[in-house]
Amino acid sequence: MSSLNKTLEIKTSPHIARGVSTDMIMRNVVYALIPVSIFAVYAFGLSALLVLITAVVSCVLTEHLLCVLTHKQSTVGDWSITITGLLFGLTLPPNFPLWMVFFGGVIAVALGKFIFGGLGYNTFNPALVGRAVLQASFPVAITTWHPAFSTDRFSTIASSTLTFPFMEPVYDTVSGATPLSVMKFEHIAAKTSDLFMGLTTGSSGETSALLILLGGAYLVYRKMMNWRIPASIFLSVAILSGILHTINSQYPAPDFMLLSGGLMLGAVFMATDMVASPITPIGVWIYGALIGTMIVVIRVWGGLPEGVMYAILFANAFSPQIDNLIRPRVYGTSSRWSRT
Amino acid sequence: MKTFRHGIHPGDYKDLTRHIAIERMPFTDELVIPLSQHLGAPSRLLVKEGDKVYRGQIIGEPAGFVSIGQHAPVTGTVKAIEMRHHPSGKLVESVIISRDPYSPQTFYNEHAMEWESLTPGELISLIQHGGFVGLGGAAFPTHVKLSVPEGKKAKFLIINGVECEPYLTSDHRVMLEQFDDVFYGIRILEKVLGCERFYIGIENNKDDAIALLNKRIPADMNGEVVALQTKYPQGAEKMLIEAVLKREVPSGKLPIDVEVVVQNVGTIAGIGMMFRFGQPLIERVVTITGPGIEKPSNLLIPIGTKLADVLDYCGGLKENTRQVLFGGPMMGAPQVYMDVPIMKGTSGILCLTDEEVTIREEYPCIRCLRCVDACPVYLNPSRLGALAKTRDYEGMLGYHVMDCVECGSCSYVCPSNIPLVQRFRVAKALLREKQAKQRKAS
Amino acid sequence: MLILTSLAALGGLTLILAAMLILANKKLHVEEDPRIDIVEDMLPHANCGACGFPGCRPFAEALVSGNALPGKCTVSSEDGRVQIAQFLGVDVGAEEKIVARLACAGGTNVARNRARYQGLQTCQAASLVSGGGKGCFWGCLGLGDCEVSCDFDAITMNPFSLPVVNEDKCTACGDCVEACPKDLFSLQAASHRLWVACKNLDAGDEILEECQVACTACARCAMDAPGNLITMKNNLPVVDYSQNHATQVPIQRCPTGAIVWIDEKKGVIKGEQSKKIIRKGERPIASS
Repeated sequence: MSSLNKTLEIKTSPHIARGVSTDMIMRNVVYALIPVSIFAVYAFGLSALLVLITAVVSCVLTEHLLCVLTHKQSTVGDWSITITGLLFGLTLPPNFPLWMVFFGGVIAVALGKFIFGGLGYNTFNPALVGRAVLQASFPVAITTWHPAFSTDRFSTIASSTLTFPFMEPVYDTVSGATPLSVMKFEHIAAKTSDLFMGLTTGSSGETSALLILLGGAYLVYRKMMNWRIPASIFLSVAILSGILHTINSQYPAPDFMLLSGGLMLGAVFMATDMVASPITPIGVWIYGALIGTMIVVIRVWGGLPEGVMYAILFANAFSPQIDNLIRPRVYGTSSRWSRT
Repeated sequence: MKTFRHGIHPGDYKDLTRHIAIERMPFTDELVIPLSQHLGAPSRLLVKEGDKVYRGQIIGEPAGFVSIGQHAPVTGTVKAIEMRHHPSGKLVESVIISRDPYSPQTFYNEHAMEWESLTPGELISLIQHGGFVGLGGAAFPTHVKLSVPEGKKAKFLIINGVECEPYLTSDHRVMLEQFDDVFYGIRILEKVLGCERFYIGIENNKDDAIALLNKRIPADMNGEVVALQTKYPQGAEKMLIEAVLKREVPSGKLPIDVEVVVQNVGTIAGIGMMFRFGQPLIERVVTITGPGIEKPSNLLIPIGTKLADVLDYCGGLKENTRQVLFGGPMMGAPQVYMDVPIMKGTSGILCLTDEEVTIREEYPCIRCLRCVDACPVYLNPSRLGALAKTRDYEGMLGYHVMDCVECGSCSYVCPSNIPLVQRFRVAKALLREKQAKQRKAS
Repeated sequence: MLILTSLAALGGLTLILAAMLILANKKLHVEEDPRIDIVEDMLPHANCGACGFPGCRPFAEALVSGNALPGKCTVSSEDGRVQIAQFLGVDVGAEEKIVARLACAGGTNVARNRARYQGLQTCQAASLVSGGGKGCFWGCLGLGDCEVSCDFDAITMNPFSLPVVNEDKCTACGDCVEACPKDLFSLQAASHRLWVACKNLDAGDEILEECQVACTACARCAMDAPGNLITMKNNLPVVDYSQNHATQVPIQRCPTGAIVWIDEKKGVIKGEQSKKIIRKGERPIASS
């Protein structure tokens, strides 16, 4: 009988699976970042391209080497490290010395991700860990911006980019000031439309709000991103800076706050790092509000012109606590709060 | 369109058998009737080796309250009483009956039962001895759910015609072809429960059944057909109650605590059939389907027929078949042995091929929230999975792992292919073992 | 100046905190027999619970109060036990060496699988999926839950996915007994040399199709054994260890080698007439 001589397989239910897989999600995030990266190269030229490539290569290489050293299967194939590399590159000034980029990439992967156990276990967004270390180590280099759309951007490379390893960079051109530092120190706001389109100076990926939002919209459409996180950040920043602006018009207006600096990139691509954000919808709103509040506080009263990075790292540290406190309400129970 | 919150949309794959009418499968030579086809105590044996039995004759009586009667599905002789493979993978004491080839196999005692004068208690006893269990798959004895505890009241009767498992169509065909029995069964249950109103919950991928039952509800009955949005796991009791009545069964409680009793539509039809013709539960409608079977069909199969015989009747398995399941793809039990019998709780036989059975690489959890959004009982499978990985089963209790209905939605949506439900099953089994041990100690 | 103030502030704080700590230590001090600490130090700190106490400290308390004897600790070396006994001036309380034994010999070279199991590679998980797919319902699934559970590295999986207990290392803590979903492990006195390495409750030769070393309930061992040393219960021979069982006679005629003699030096000895297993590879999966 045909039915009788068959070697069957047994496994636990469910026996069918859906198409989406983790590497697919990660790949799509990379796709969403491509327009921003292309615009960064278009705006800042060859230097930015070199910074981005170095960032990605250093991250991927570090991850692969660490896996080999610890006798694990290489996890480069899940694409998550490519995101880290790309995001890390986008947070840096386009004329940032390449050796510093490489150093930061190694730090981002080793200290930000691998030390916690790799993908899924990192408490902080690895790209931001790398940048935070760079900010602490090279405070001058990371706040010296090459002006955008300089005429020779495709023919020459900024001298600081090719600084010899372990040397201080030398800047040849007059460094541009970012809208945020102009605001901070001179109280002059840049034009909203310029900010939106990305026609200002800043880190490679911090300029074009439009492209970032488009990338985010694509991910939300593919259900690969939690829309609540950017929404709550935007909302909290807008409300808080709106209140401050009406009290004292010296404080920047909400539209400037939202569109300047790394807020867009941070809110859409970094705060949404699924691993380091809370699980419940309410928890996510709190998390976003925490980031938004911290951004405004740092920008308005802090010593630095920009606070997105620290705000996100700060909220990352809180997200396990938010999850502990606010758990999904279990079916048939009334309490939303944790019980022991 | 009514439905419950969360859940998943696995796609229904029901077209293979949706339009195929129920066909009676011929009696096979040897049938295996396990004495434990239900949750609860195994039935007490009433026959011995060599006894002649008639179709419909009782061969096992209830051994306690949570136990049911078992009946001979064919006329023949008891060949042996021995341990046989059971679809759950265990070995279970079973009655082996060899068919009398010269018997016409007519039901020996066909008569309509006089039930109007009986009390609810007597009706419940009849249903218990008639061997009825939930035909949806869990095989929980029907009469236990019908016995409303002191001080509680069953206001509503919900008939589960949801059939949310992909591929399966047995309930669908029963609703289309045996609606008379369904309504007759509802009358009996209304008398037993004294309920005010009944609802028949059907998902909107079964338009024809919704329309037909709507049209055929007898004028003197107080009830309605509720069309539900197609979503898994709507057939789970708690989810169905939420979808139909917007009531939430408290954690650790039963539907009766929100004044509801839920019964599968197949069970109701069977009960209707028993009171109309006197025939206990000795056969049931099973969907044999999936890409791995030559001839998908809906068969009326005598309980105890062996799996191999059923598969052969349907043309056999295809070359690339890898899995044979009892039940649907979401919760079905994989089968190892081909001589296991069709049981009362077997709603379908699903044959999956290389194409569907894919073993995918496991990634770490990236906390993408897909499982949290899918879980119908609002658990946090991501966190539970992490706890299970470190074997912190006590910690899982704090995250309500015992409320898990094992529907498989979280594993289904997990992009990292983490075997979440399997981990939860292990945890629940170990926790239950531990609790039993503690109870014994105290 | 600034340095001095800060030094003074910090130093002062340290002094205050230290004073508080000293006070707390004095106030909250609980009078305890100093021997408990000493005895605890002499124990192996394994906290395995084999002695019947929750851990080494409660056991040390029991030792000092005279509620237990050092021999109960199966993890300590002989010298260690004697040392504790001498220190406390009590008997060692010689306890018989107890070890974990596996009642299955169905490795992959002799026992068949009926289906290929996919999923979590633990016995617990596999046993919940239709029993795990092994032909013999009672047999070892070979995924090594016992090996993981053993804190003393006393269990290793052999090339045929069957756990092997190192009796020298085994402390009879009972973790493997709990870990095995098929309940194949039991704690036995190491002096129990006759051993039935099978748990299959079926009678007859059909089981040989599933496993070549299964007990077929032929009862030859029961017949050959002196007196009523071995009786058949549920189609399995049961050795009455309360009798003198130092005889290899019962194993000799076992056709499958299901009943064995576990020699202290030579390991497992099978009967003369039991079929020799020469297959080195895995037995292929076969459908039923």
